[in-house]
Formats: sequence, structure tokens, C-alpha cells
Amino acid sequence: MILDSKIPDGPLAEKWDRHKFNVKLVNPANKRKYDIIVVGTGLAGASAAATLAELGYNVKAFCYQDSPRRAHSIAAQGGINAAKNYQNDGDSVFRLFYDTIKGGDYRAREANVYRLAQVSVNIIDQCVAQGVPFAREYGGLLANRSFGGAQVSRTFYARGQTGQQLLLGAYSALNRQIAYGKVKMYPRTEMLDLVMVDGKARGIITRHLVTGKIESHSAHAVILATGGYGNVFYLSTNAMGSNATAAWRAHKKGALFANPCFTQIHPTCIPVSGGYQSKLTLMSESLRNDGRVWVPKAVGDNRNPNDIPEDERDYFLERKYPSFGNLVPRDVASRNAKLACDEGRGVGTTKLAVYLDFADVIKRDGVNTVSQKYGNLFEMYEKITGENPYTQPMRIYPAVHYTMGGLWVDYNLMTTIPGLYATGECNFSDHGANRLGASALMQGLADGYFVIPYTIGDYLAQMPAARVETTHPAFKEAETAVRADVDRLLNINGSRTVDDFHKALGHIMWDYCGMARNAEGLQFAKQEIRKLREEFWKDVKIVGVNEELNVTLEKAARVADFLELGELMVDDALNRNESCGGHFREEYQTPENEALRDDENYTYVAAWEYTGANQPAVLHKEELKFENVKLTQRSYK
Amino acid sequence: MAGNNPNSKPMNLTLKIWRQKNFQSAGKMETYQVKDISPEMSFLEMMDVLNEDLLRQGIDPVAFDHDCREGICGMCSLYINGRAHGPERGTTTCQLHMRKFNDGDTITIEPWRAGPFPVLKDLCVDRSAMDRIQQAGGYISVNTGGVPDANEIPIPKAIADKAFDAATCIQCGACVAACKNGSAMLFVSAKVSQLAMLPQGKVERKTRVENMVAQMDKEGFGACTNIGSCAAECPVGISLENIAMLNREYINATFTSENV
Ligand SMILES: Cc1cc2nc3c(=O)[nH]c(=O)nc-3n(C[C@H](O)[C@H](O)[C@H](O)COP(=O)(O)OP(=O)(O)OC[C@H]3O[C@@H](n4cnc5c(N)ncnc54)[C@H](O)[C@@H]3O)c2cc1C
Ligand code: FES
Repeated sequence: MILDSKIPDGPLAEKWDRHKFNVKLVNPANKRKYDIIVVGTGLAGASAAATLAELGYNVKAFCYQDSPRRAHSIAAQGGINAAKNYQNDGDSVFRLFYDTIKGGDYRAREANVYRLAQVSVNIIDQCVAQGVPFAREYGGLLANRSFGGAQVSRTFYARGQTGQQLLLGAYSALNRQIAYGKVKMYPRTEMLDLVMVDGKARGIITRHLVTGKIESHSAHAVILATGGYGNVFYLSTNAMGSNATAAWRAHKKGALFANPCFTQIHPTCIPVSGGYQSKLTLMSESLRNDGRVWVPKAVGDNRNPNDIPEDERDYFLERKYPSFGNLVPRDVASRNAKLACDEGRGVGTTKLAVYLDFADVIKRDGVNTVSQKYGNLFEMYEKITGENPYTQPMRIYPAVHYTMGGLWVDYNLMTTIPGLYATGECNFSDHGANRLGASALMQGLADGYFVIPYTIGDYLAQMPAARVETTHPAFKEAETAVRADVDRLLNINGSRTVDDFHKALGHIMWDYCGMARNAEGLQFAKQEIRKLREEFWKDVKIVGVNEELNVTLEKAARVADFLELGELMVDDALNRNESCGGHFREEYQTPENEALRDDENYTYVAAWEYTGANQPAVLHKEELKFENVKLTQRSYK
Repeated sequence: MAGNNPNSKPMNLTLKIWRQKNFQSAGKMETYQVKDISPEMSFLEMMDVLNEDLLRQGIDPVAFDHDCREGICGMCSLYINGRAHGPERGTTTCQLHMRKFNDGDTITIEPWRAGPFPVLKDLCVDRSAMDRIQQAGGYISVNTGGVPDANEIPIPKAIADKAFDAATCIQCGACVAACKNGSAMLFVSAKVSQLAMLPQGKVERKTRVENMVAQMDKEGFGACTNIGSCAAECPVGISLENIAMLNREYINATFTSENV
């Protein structure tokens, strides 16, 4: 298989405009003859569904929650980037492009990233027009803050609830189209398979999560906007229901999965407190604007943080990276926190934490200003830990947060299956080996509002409007297979709970495919995952039937997929004999413990093909060409 | 009963939980014991412990809605000891921690109770009525593209902040569950006020309020008699001022209606 990224010709800055001119259009009167399925109603899905419906297509949208507004985009805190240069601090489309490519450690496609930076400015306009209440200055104009990996202030925000406000904007646009009858919304409905007819994506099979009803839905194209797969690790900042099922089942039908090992471990999360822990809570990166990260200089210093004098503290990020300080990119910050803890200088009862201290900013700006900026985050921290961050530094530790890997897509956001698109966190496209803060919201909305509406037209314009009925044998076959999978799970009648398996998988992934990896550990992990998977299919315990709201059954199906995806992540991490971004192979590091890339051999996207149960996945490479930036060793010193 | 557990020792608790197989069947309270609950656990992690126990015994786990577990998605919805989201003010069920309880406590857990929120199973209810109210007018009618530059219309910070406060509603339905009339006024008023305050939302303010209120009535939510339990129990602090604003908007709209 040859991976054709379909990057348009021409100079970088003109590619997208040229492409928009060259794509075929579906004439306005014909759009209503085409049906599009959008799975997922987060930023990527809701924006696409609303926009496509506005254009005249018939859209069916799906989500597993009880309302489209509850997609996990709602939880994004810190902000969204855009190259508006409202601050007059030297920002530009090119600078945002450059920062994103560099932040991603040169493992993303130039053309996609440039387009992302270009449309970023339209996103802010759109959101404001929808009534998104972004933070403003006293003069009434929009406010900005800075985020990691950038030396300009380009992040727009709505207190600590930016994702919520952006999603509610997209949700309102979606609601308007639901009211017009152009979008039919299916909440509490989970996609369990992709249906292909004549080699093209033509529909999906779903299970209704209250009634268990298994159903077919047909369309001319399918968009997956189902979010990331961080829950492979069991503990992450994702929602409890975040899953890989839709993307993984599409992968098994032929969509290549790209860079699965590129996962982002976010440096500032509330540390794990016990084995019962079900999820981890992020403390927004924006806190690193004012919070200072430190550990005691001495190993085993158990004093109360407020009793440790200034000169016995190690502000290790400021010390090692004077020019970016506490605002180094996430992978760098996480790894350094881990190093400090590995040296025995961790804090708190578990010693797996570092301090994030606000004493200086509180002294400088006062409690009121600080609470204006971060009040809700401080409150959240106090609710969870019982400690007051106004008087005592926060304890933080890295946690799994985001997955840069995902379904491989070309410039049009189409996967290797014709008619199947992937947008938002579900695809692999724009962040390379490390995503910069505030860029996921930007990408999800760019994909949904401004990219897919053009590129999907190009595909539909070239296909007949005739519909495929759900009585077609391909649908019946897929339905039967889904039903068989469900029955297989229900009939195991084992003794070990689903959560138990999920936690075991999470441990393997965190220990061997987490913040630091090495060949030996990865090989061991691969064997362990295989054993666990085998045991799962022999011994998992599920009660009840399909025809009801059956939470255990839902979870089991998702964990079954994680058990397969986990192995592919390990394969990918083993294959990539270099360190880049969030992928840190201990064998490949500089004397200062920085990631050591191997540009000669690994400047490619690793896209994996599924070849059958327990068969080795086959690697396809998309070589990355850098024509506009020079590959250098990332330096934030 | 609520209060900081002084000695952070594990707790043993008695849980009285509403069990109901599905929408059609009748439900009843069942009693369960949970042991060794750490005060550091969240309330839902305590429920996970119970469910793992039940599952091991081959008993159907208790169904409850939840997703983000960080107080923002609005999915969790438990009525704990007679209060929506339990004893701690300004806190969703998922953010409630067991340090607010004491060893030996009996905790009663029920679903939201309101006519427009039928029980689907155990503690899960159907809140789609709230989505339908949003669909009736909770938006500004702009299509993607062709909008002015974001800084073209300055908005005074005080207004932007107020609009933001109203916009933080998580649509969990606690206001309805807490109200003895089952009124959804606080929820509806939050959206109406947010959009009526912003210049972009003023154009459609009349039709919006009329259509959203009409849908609210159609769904069977009760009338507001200004008791205020909604705002008292709201986990994100949506203010009663929004209801006052909704009433003004509504009166103004009906006197000068453009809905003809
Ligand atoms: C706590 C947190 C804070 C963050 N903060 C920021 C930030 O400040 N700035 C930033 O840029 N990024 C941030 N991110 C990252 C960003 O929020 C996400 O990457 C982004 O919102 C993902 O959007 P999405 O639309 O791709 O997916 P999601 O919002 O996760 O939506 C997924 C959708 O798919 C549906 N779905 C999933 N599986 C199925 C299935 N099988 N069948 C049917 N439906 C399905 C779900 O119901 C949901 O509607 C944060 C992430 C987290 C977790
Ligand atoms: S689970 Fe999301 S608000 Fe409680």
C-alpha cells in the first residue's frame, strides 16, 4: 500500500487556498441528496455536523453520553490558540505553524499544520459570533494568555472552562440544525462497527445503550470524531467512557492507525492517592504561567513545604531551561518531574509528586487577581485533595492526557478507507510527537468548521447520490458479527471483573510504555498484554443481558479493544528507535537527558495495517518532508 | 453528619439505593454494606467499590450516570440523603469526597425525581427534555463562516463576565430535582440571560425566550414559585438573578412579540 498524503502543490502558504479552489463542489440543490454520519459530538464532531447540515447535507450524529454536550471536550480548561496577533507581540500564522512543528518534535506534516495555523483565526471569530463568552480586557477586547512551547500570548480562554464554552457554542449550532431537521441526533448510542460496500465506508452499526438494540445506519460518508484513546492506561484525564472502539473497529476494517505510541503525559495533574482511583484530574497548563515548579534540593526532605527555605528548593525547570522556564513543552516538563522523583526528591506521602507553588504570584498580584484567573481550578484542587492551594503549594504529577496518534488521514482528513474520515483527537494529523497546550481545541474546531466541509464535498461530488439500503447484505453481515461479539462476551461467565482487567492493562502500559520506555521493557509488556488478553476472553465476568442498560457489557467491549490497541502501541514504541516528543526511549538520549531524535531513519509517520487477530501488524511509512523549517534539536534553554 | 473526617480512617457504611430494572418496572430501595472506604475516595469511587462487590457476587451493578468525574460534563446526578448532589454546596456528585461522611453513616441514594425525567434504570434518568428546550432556541443563528472579526464588537468586561457566569450551567438537572415544583426555570434562564446580555444574542432575544419557555411548558416542567432551592443546590452556582432576567425578557417579549 502506498500512502498518498495528497498534499497540494505550490508554496506552503498557498496550498490550502489552491486546494479549496481545485476541489469539486456539490451543487447546493444536490447536497440534500447526500447523507453523512458523524460519530462523536465533541468539538470536532459537533462543529462538523452543524456545518455540514448548514450546507444542506443530511447528517446523523451519534454520541454515547445522554446529550451531545457532554463530550469530553467539555472538560478542556486552559484555552485555544489562534494566530490573531491581537497582542502585537510578534505572532503570525507562520510563527504558530513553526511553534507547532517544533513543539511536535518534527514529526508532523508541514502542510496540515500550516493550514491549521491559517484557519485558527477564523475559529475565534466564529465562536464569538455564536456567543462564546471569552475572557476580555477592560477595554472590551479579547484577552490572551501564554501556554507552553510559545513565547507569544496567543491563547484565548474562558476562565478555566474554555472547552466547555467552545463546546456549548458548537452544541448550540448543532441544536439549531437539529431543530431544522437537518441533523438527526442519536445520544446514548455507541458505534460498534463500520460497514463497507464496494470498498467504501457506507455506514455503521450501533448499539443503543439503554435498550441494547443493535441497528444499521447508512450514509454516503462516515466521519469519526470519537476522541482519543488515553484510557488504554486506565488512569488518565479522559472521561470514564472515552474509548477507542469506533476507531479501532475501523482499523480492523482497513483504516491504518498512525503513530499509536505517541501519547502525551501532562505534567500538571493531581497525583494518584490510592488503588481505588478511577481517574486523574488535570490542573490546567495555564497554571504554569504563574505557578513555580519545585522540589526540595535534598533527597528525603520531609518538611512541610512552607518550612523549606528558598535556598533549599530546586526550581528545576527554571534552573535547566532559563528562557522558557516553567513554560517548557509538556513532554519536557513531565520528564523532568519524573527525574526529580526518581532521584528521591518527590514530595507528599507517595513521593510521586512535585510542588506547583503560587506564593510568589499571590504576593505580587494579590489573592483576588489570582482567584480571578484560576479560582475554579483552585477550588477543584481543594475539593479533591482537601488542601488549600492559596496557602500551601499544589502537589502535581504527570498523567496520561492526550493521544497524538490515531487514524491515519491524508490532507483531506480521509483515512485509508474511501469515504471514512477522522477528525479531532481521533486522527493523528497535526501534533507530531507532542501536542502543544491549547492546540487540540484549535485542531478539533479547525477540522470540523473549516476543513471537512470543503474536503468531503470533493469526495461526494464524485459519487452517485443513490443510497445503499440497510437491508444490503453488508449491513446484515456486520450486524450479525456485532451481535456475535456481544454474545461471546456475555457467555464467558468468568470470575474477574472488567475493571480488574482494565487496571492490569493500565499498569503494564504505564510502567513500560509510559513516560520512559526501553526495548526490553516493551518486549516484556507485549507478552504481558497478550497473556492478559487471552485471560480476558476466558475469564471476564459480565452479568445481565444485551437488551438492557448494561454498564458492564459496555465497558467490556471497550476494554477488549484497548487490549488489542495496547499491543499495537507497544509495537510502535519498539519500532521507533529514537526519542522524540512524548516518546522517550531511554536508549536514545543526550547527555543532558533530552530526547535524541534520529532524523535520518525515523522522519516518518508509522502507519500500521491490521492483518488479523494475533497477527503481526504491518508497518507502512509516510516519509515527512520538511521544506520550510529546518530540523534542529529542540532547545528550550 | 457532614464534616471533615478527623482521623482519615477507613469507614464502613450502609447504603440505601433505589433499584429499578427499567422504565416500565416499579422500583424499590435496597440496602447494601460497603467496607473500608477511604475518606480520600470520591463518592463515585465508593460506588465503584460497591459495584465491583456486587459484580463478584453475580448481582447486577447499580447503574448511575457519570463521565468526566471532574464536575463539568453534567452527567452525574445522584440524589444523596435528600439533596441533589449530596451535602456539600457547590459540588457535583463526582466531586463529592467521602471525607464529608463518617464511619457508620447510612447514606440514601436516589435518582433525580421529576415528571419530565423518567427513570431509565436504577439511578439513571432521561434528561433529553433539557436538550429539546435548547433546540427550541438556545442559540444565535449564525452559520459557519462569514462572521465579523472577533474584536470588531467590544464587549465590556463586566458584561462578558456576567454572561460567562450564566454560561457555566452544566445542564445536570439538579435545579429541577431540587425544586418541589419540578421547575426548570433556573436552567432555562441561564441560557436566556447569557445570550440576551451579549450584543450578538440580542437580535433574537424575543423569539428565543418565547420558544424556550413554550418548550419548557410543553415538556411538563412545573412553574416557578420563587423558593430558590434550585440556586441553593446548583453545583456551579447559577444565580437566581437569571430567573429575574428571564421573567423580564419574557414579559418584554410577550408585550412586543415578533412571533406572529
Ligand atoms: C481534562 C482535559 C483538559 C484539556 N484541556 C485542553 C485545553 O485547555 N486546550 C486544548 O487545546 N486541549 C485541551 N485538551 C484536549 C482536548 O480537550 C481534546 O483533545 C479535544 O477536546 C478532543 O475533542 P474531540 O472532539 O476530538 O473528542 P471528544 O470531545 O472526546 O468527543 C468524543 C465524542 O465521540 C463520542 N464517542 C466516542 N466513542 C464513541 C462510540 N464508539 N460511539 C459513539 N460515539 C462515540 C463521544 O460520545 C463524544 O461525543 C484537554 C483534554 C482533557 C482531557
Ligand atoms: S461526571 Fe461529569 S459532572 Fe460529574
